[in-house]
Amino acid sequence: MQRMNKLIFGRYIPGDSFIHRLDPRGKLLLSFYFIGIIFLAHNWQSYLLLFLFTMFAVLMSRVNLGFFIRGVRPLIWLILFTVILQIFFTRGGHLYWHWGPLVVSQYGLVNGGYIFMRFVLIIFMSTLLTLTTPPLQLSDAIESILKPFKVFHLPVYEIALMISIALRFVPTLMDETEKIMNAQRARGVDFGSGSLSQKMRAIIPLLIPLFVNSFNRAEDLATAMEARGYQGGEGRTKYRVLTWKGQDTLAVAAFAVITGLLIWLR
Amino acid sequence: MDITFKDVAFTYQAGSPFASDALTDINLTIHDQAFTAIIGHTGSGKSTLVQHLNALLKPSAGTVTIGERVITPETDNKNLKPIRQKVGMVFQFPENQLFEETVAKDIAFGPMNFGVSEADALQRATEMVQLVGLDTQYLERSPFDLSGGQMRRVAIAGVLAMKPEVLILDEPTAGLDPVGRREILGMVERLHREQHLTVVLITHLMEDVAAYADQVVVMDRGQVAKTGTPQAVFQDVAWLQSHQLGVPETALFAEKLKQRGFQFEQLPLTEAALAAALAPQLPLTKRGATDE
Repeated sequence: MQRMNKLIFGRYIPGDSFIHRLDPRGKLLLSFYFIGIIFLAHNWQSYLLLFLFTMFAVLMSRVNLGFFIRGVRPLIWLILFTVILQIFFTRGGHLYWHWGPLVVSQYGLVNGGYIFMRFVLIIFMSTLLTLTTPPLQLSDAIESILKPFKVFHLPVYEIALMISIALRFVPTLMDETEKIMNAQRARGVDFGSGSLSQKMRAIIPLLIPLFVNSFNRAEDLATAMEARGYQGGEGRTKYRVLTWKGQDTLAVAAFAVITGLLIWLR
Repeated sequence: MDITFKDVAFTYQAGSPFASDALTDINLTIHDQAFTAIIGHTGSGKSTLVQHLNALLKPSAGTVTIGERVITPETDNKNLKPIRQKVGMVFQFPENQLFEETVAKDIAFGPMNFGVSEADALQRATEMVQLVGLDTQYLERSPFDLSGGQMRRVAIAGVLAMKPEVLILDEPTAGLDPVGRREILGMVERLHREQHLTVVLITHLMEDVAAYADQVVVMDRGQVAKTGTPQAVFQDVAWLQSHQLGVPETALFAEKLKQRGFQFEQLPLTEAALAAALAPQLPLTKRGATDE
């Protein structure tokens, strides 16, 4: 399971930087907003601007750049596939090479480059969000962002509770998966070897105990929650209160400036 | 089958920013047919150490020799199955590994993975379920209908059914009641004595170490701090306590008696040994005098 541990996605690295201290609501919304404004960029100056801005944010977080590069790695094939499609199937501008329906044109190369930049920027920004925000803060942020949807009878508290419980149990379940895998390996199971059907069959001794344990755990957790007086989300007070501070307004202002510059560069 | 560690080190997630050293400079031999107890504070590397005994983990440096096989950092993950049959491992809370529809099938699962025919494996299941102290009527029940203690016995039976030469138990009695604890350890001790099974036991219960083990390995912060017989290791009460380890109650009591003037060549570790050491020292005549 050491493979799983190498996954950077969704991991939080404790720290105390400007970015770490930002309000998670702001961070979450700005991350989405950033993905939106990336599509405003369509020349090299605007991409350069976004790149510099992203690098600035990454440096401010004081998290090792290696983490971000590692975040790109699992998606590298998807990125390359998209970029190559763009390069070979876009016509226009100066034509460098062609063979049947495949062409390499000036526009294709430029578009391929832009798409590559877009992917990298989006991944960097979302990695920045997850690396600098503890999962529980994220679920608080989701709860408070969803609150307006209560008018449409969206069960906001329940969704937030499920998200925070799910986030809490991800590492526990990963540990447990590893333990059961090892226990079954010790009983002679070969995971990930043999034909496809053998591989599938080897998963059963892992999946069934995981499900059974999850059911047991859910039951225990529900009992423990009821014993502590949980009666649903309505009328509860909050222990962790999110506060909007000056620095959050500053971050929003920075994004507004970037948006303005992007529109001006178009 | 001896298991020898030579200059073994192990690092979790080596080469990543989350790397952490779990073991350093381990030199150790688990002797054939011995009963070895591994003790140490939580997080001292006991569980990491025992996972090297059947090559679930490979050392980051050094070599582990399991019988004929030498495991090095470069060892391929293939062909490790024969080791895992010879070295049976019972993990902490082994009831979490049960998955089959019936107890019989679950116990037969291990042997069948090692090429034993279904009929033979089910035959073994019948033997093993009795060996761990359950009635054969349990064979057709679902493992999920059983109590926690019974599930644990079934899980242990599933490991024993592979007929290992070495049996590793990682806190087999955690969370059991005193009766269940005594029964499971009694069973392990019987297997050790009658079938000459090499046993490696991780435990926090020093009474069990004193009662059953031939050899004790004390782990501290990923290193072997001490090895020796239980007698030798438990003599130095202050050293053990400074390493956040317990001492058998009997030894503590004997230590107090010592301060009141009783003489012991060595601190007795079991009640029987204490009684034997005390009997000649008791001033029976004097007691008669004070009674007047």
